[in-house]
Amino acid sequence: MYSEKVMDHFSNPRNVGELPDANAVGKVGNPKCGDIMKMMMRIENDVIADVKFKTFGCGAAVATSSMATELVKGRTVTEALALTNKAVAEALDGLPPVKMHCSVLAEEAIKSAISDYYLRQGIDPVPIVGCNVDCEHCH
Amino acid sequence: MFVYSDNAATMPLSREAFEAMLPFLRDNFGNASSVYGVAREAARALHGAREDVARALGAKPEEIYFTGGGTESDNWALKGAAEARRARGRHIVTTAIEHHAVLHTAEYLGRQGCEITLLPVDERGLVSPEQVRDALRPDTALVSVMLANNEIGTIEPIREIAAVTRAHGALFHTDAVQAVGHIPVDVTELGVDLLSLAGHKFGGPKGVGALYIRKGVRLPPLLHGGGHERGLRSGTENVAGAVGLAAALTRAVQTLPETMALVAARRARVIDGLSRIPFSLLTGDPVRRLPGNISFVFEAVEGESLVLGLDMVGVCASSGSACSSGSLDPSHVLLAIGLPHEVAHGSLRLTISENNTEEEIDYLIEQVTNIVARSRRMSPLWNEETQSPTERFWPQGVPASL
Ligand SMILES: Cc1ncc(COP(=O)(O)O)c(C=O)c1O
Repeated sequence: MYSEKVMDHFSNPRNVGELPDANAVGKVGNPKCGDIMKMMMRIENDVIADVKFKTFGCGAAVATSSMATELVKGRTVTEALALTNKAVAEALDGLPPVKMHCSVLAEEAIKSAISDYYLRQGIDPVPIVGCNVDCEHCH
Repeated sequence: MFVYSDNAATMPLSREAFEAMLPFLRDNFGNASSVYGVAREAARALHGAREDVARALGAKPEEIYFTGGGTESDNWALKGAAEARRARGRHIVTTAIEHHAVLHTAEYLGRQGCEITLLPVDERGLVSPEQVRDALRPDTALVSVMLANNEIGTIEPIREIAAVTRAHGALFHTDAVQAVGHIPVDVTELGVDLLSLAGHKFGGPKGVGALYIRKGVRLPPLLHGGGHERGLRSGTENVAGAVGLAAALTRAVQTLPETMALVAARRARVIDGLSRIPFSLLTGDPVRRLPGNISFVFEAVEGESLVLGLDMVGVCASSGSACSSGSLDPSHVLLAIGLPHEVAHGSLRLTISENNTEEEIDYLIEQVTNIVARSRRMSPLWNEETQSPTERFWPQGVPASL
């Protein structure tokens, strides 16, 4: 049901853990629905210098978090904002249809962290990031 | 190490079943309805299988109908009883923790004009005879309560519930798919009208089961055709399947007391080991429990990732989390026993059998402990420093044992 890539990222998740000097933190999902992703970034000169995640969720939730961190690490904020859930899923050689929402969550987690980055500087993130994706509903 | 601990999902074919089936897969291909020698042999074997199953259940051979499995038996029992008792009424009583083979059939009958009462269960998954008595109405056609639950292993007081139901004049069905071959099941002692079982849950082949229909209870045919199974379930018989089911059941029943004692002792060891994991909770009843069932919830982790993590180290297990079922909600059983969604997502079920060695039991405890810790290290709901959840999700209060 899961691709080899998904299993690889689940078994050996990249960039998992805490990032004490993060200046951009986003948390999306809802424990009631069974998945929460917390994305932590250190952004320097608009470049994502470091990124870590913590995820409560199924295998696909862990794998999409891990892949999303790999895809944005070292990229500019603008590049990271262009990351779509489809791109995350494709990088994992696809996800089962019922697990596509995990890739949506990964995209939202990235956007949520970047929103926080702007908020901390007193900049309204909505015109740049769009909805700040603090949706409290289940996917 | 490879440890198969998902025996409630299915079991490997027992040696006895395999040996009994071989002749009918290889040499004896006869249609049990034909008249020549090879067919008579098949008919004899089928008859013998029916006798063996009847003996194992305390039934008469003519009360045993072979079917295509547990799901089919449940469908037949519910739809058949609803039709047979239509003149009496269209009210059906069942429980919130039934297998989907019963629940979805009841929902279907609900759409066909039946009225369904779903009884709630207590925090251990038990239904009481009093609850059933209170739910009975003059137009109640059928009560269906499972003998043992497939997720949490709770064993229901079926003898008392059947007595209450039949005293009232309604039919009583029990889904005994998880119980047969694992605990003593005697239809006469239980006093049930209808009982479902499935071969692959006790070492028989998949795709074959049986429905016990008490003599005197008339169900309409499930399948119309050539008149097989006393005209109620037509179709050329699955001789090898029936013979395999009977051989597996005969063996399971012969060794039942020793197997139960052995498996329950190993289960106690696993439960003891896993209870040492902080913020873990045993689900189901600690005493009225299937010998092989070990079901837990672990706070701050998600069940499907536990199952995948265990798979990486060779352990087969299952979970009732939403992600495992491919739906938005965790299992209806875990919600019915009152677990909050957030906690129910962290469920893990291990179901052991006599095939699991002592070394495997040690390995299970060790690996589950490791995998829960690994998932927690990754979880934003877990504080690694304090080794406790960052948030608790018990609106009705944290259970005493946690
Ligand atoms: C309690 C219960 N009822 C019914 C079934 C359905 O049996 P089968 O899959 O053999 O049709 C199962 C098996 O999953 C079960 O555990």
